[in-house]
Amino acid sequence: MSLLPFCEWLASTRWSIALHESLWAYPIIESTHVVTLLLFAGTVMMVDLRLLGVAFRDVPVSEMNARLLPWTVAGAVIMVTTGLLLFYAIPVRTYQSVWFRIKVVFLVAAAINVWFFHRRVQRDRERWDTDPKPPLAARVSAGVSLVLWSGIIVFGRMIAYNWFDCYRPQSDFVYWLAGCVVEAQA
Amino acid sequence: MNWLEVFDALERTAVGQTIRESLWLFPAIEAVHLLGLGLLGGSLLVVDLRLLGLGLRGRAPHLVLADARPWFLAALATMFATGIPLFLSEAIKCFYNYSFWVKMIGLTTGLVFTFAIKHPLVRRDPGRLLGALLGLVSLGVWFTVAAAGRWIGFSG
Repeated sequence: MSLLPFCEWLASTRWSIALHESLWAYPIIESTHVVTLLLFAGTVMMVDLRLLGVAFRDVPVSEMNARLLPWTVAGAVIMVTTGLLLFYAIPVRTYQSVWFRIKVVFLVAAAINVWFFHRRVQRDRERWDTDPKPPLAARVSAGVSLVLWSGIIVFGRMIAYNWFDCYRPQSDFVYWLAGCVVEAQA
Repeated sequence: MNWLEVFDALERTAVGQTIRESLWLFPAIEAVHLLGLGLLGGSLLVVDLRLLGLGLRGRAPHLVLADARPWFLAALATMFATGIPLFLSEAIKCFYNYSFWVKMIGLTTGLVFTFAIKHPLVRRDPGRLLGALLGLVSLGVWFTVAAAGRWIGFSG
């Protein structure tokens, strides 16, 4: 099943067109999305660097979590809100963007990593809460987190480039990955 | 030599030309610039939030600064190492771009404020009120730098 018809319908709605054609709204939403990296990615990185044992080594992990993760959540709310609006402004092209699709896969993986960290890795946190260098499982989880979120930032930025857009000649692989509708087959 | 001639010479440097002629160099460097932005934001926010009585409230501000400072310096190094080549690839565009100048003024203000005022005062314990003021000014200046930086791409 393809979400393409849904995206085409989204693109035809009044507010999507208004946003797409807006002089100020789109750039302001886009800038808010980028500037919120300071808050969202910033606090994620600080917590991950602590878990890797390379920063804030004498601050308990529980304290980092309790004091900083609420700010991460606030950042995430802004990211998701502005991100959905950005998608809503350009639904079809974004849906068929190779970069966007990889970004979504990474987002799902990052979410699973967050869940896994809070549910499993932290289960015995009391035993290593104040350790300057947390156990391997926590360090791996933090490393995975840093790699995934970095990928999400990089792929997100690449959505702006049209190298792999459907209107350009692409390899079969890119056509498939982007979900391009080939006229001859359609 | 006026400013425009200087910017013209900068744009014609080998680094600038190489980036302009490449399809992927600009996006790649720009992506690393964004990763640096995240690190800059984190290492800056932990200190400024603490000065405002938020975030890592269990620790004295100067201790939070001591922990965050190496990462803040690393982030700044990343930003300069990527930002300068990006600038060299489109120096003339930047010259005519008001966001670029807002960013440069903000950046100069931010650097002077951070290293000449904020860090020395935090080390000497500025007290709650002055601390909060330092945190607010710091957040304001650096968010302006980030937003103006993004706006360079919209105001070309």
